[in-house]
Amino acid sequence: MKHFFRFRKTRAVAKDRLKILLISDRVTCSPKTVDLIRNDIASVLSEYMKIDKEQMEVEIKQVSGREMDEKKPVLYINIPIVDLRPSEKFTHRIP
Amino acid sequence: MSEVIVVTSGKGGVGKTTTSANIGTGLAALGAKVVLIDTDIGLRNLDVVMGLENRIVYNLVDVIEGTCRIKQALIKDKRYPGLYLMPSAQARDKTAVTPGQMVKMISFLKEQFDYIILDCPAGIEQGFENAIAAAEHAIVVTTPEVSAIRDADRIIGLLEKQEFDKIDLIVNRIRPDMVKKGDMMSVQDVLDILGVPLLGAVPDDESVVIATNQGEPVTGTASQAGRAYQNICMRLTGQEVPFLNLYGNRSVFAKLTGVFRKNPGGVL
Repeated sequence: MKHFFRFRKTRAVAKDRLKILLISDRVTCSPKTVDLIRNDIASVLSEYMKIDKEQMEVEIKQVSGREMDEKKPVLYINIPIVDLRPSEKFTHRIP
Repeated sequence: MSEVIVVTSGKGGVGKTTTSANIGTGLAALGAKVVLIDTDIGLRNLDVVMGLENRIVYNLVDVIEGTCRIKQALIKDKRYPGLYLMPSAQARDKTAVTPGQMVKMISFLKEQFDYIILDCPAGIEQGFENAIAAAEHAIVVTTPEVSAIRDADRIIGLLEKQEFDKIDLIVNRIRPDMVKKGDMMSVQDVLDILGVPLLGAVPDDESVVIATNQGEPVTGTASQAGRAYQNICMRLTGQEVPFLNLYGNRSVFAKLTGVFRKNPGGVL
């Protein structure tokens, strides 16, 4: 693979590097957006179980992909469950 | 109607100040009333590029703090009747000014000038916030390098959130010989990546260094860069000017096949 790259023009190398770089640069969203995601997910899940919204972790991470220097954004969410039954407001939703 | 234009880039050293100086001069040469404002507090440079460093009495921070009237801080450029410079303060830092104060000062200048050109500092901190606060049109300057393009992309993202009317791109320091050899990204490559409209491409030209040494703008000279800047100014006033062909004359065969390409004429 290294062998192959050495014969490529650096113009193309630069363009490809930028494309990959900008994909990961562009996904980092603002703390405000992360807060909106947190609130929306918490409100949907609350209909099915009691969760601890304060301890919820929401972040966008970069994870290595299959290729050597490939990076992919993933949405990582960790939600502690307080009770597997929903609060009374929503009990009618569960069959 | 006056237009407030901010010249920005994110990365330092790509030619914001040179671009500001040449756009300001070029617009004044076309007969407009122009004020250039150096917003890089603590690291002023636009005065030196314009060759007006010996005539500074008051500066931007003096105006903001009320030490002097706006008119006292404006330096009249003797080369063109409608060209003025407001220098930045050298002995202060960027926290001396807030975005609100900039908006207030510029709304006053709008009554007297056709174009207000703001030379933005590098970075995305308060200096950047100050510079973009009052502007409605942004010119993003970049060079065909990975780092500069990456920063330009970030800046474009930030500007888009601020609801700018117009965001244009200038690709600076193009070396057509290297592009031809496949060792430098072309203007078209940069456009493909950044996806904002091109205002102009400026070749890497010795004449820019020579002009800057003497504190003279390069606009209006016969050099390639001078013509590129002049075309940029004409486009800013609404004229349609074709992009300069930086790659020299092409063979008849290349011209014929070029007709079918995405970039006819191959000038980008």
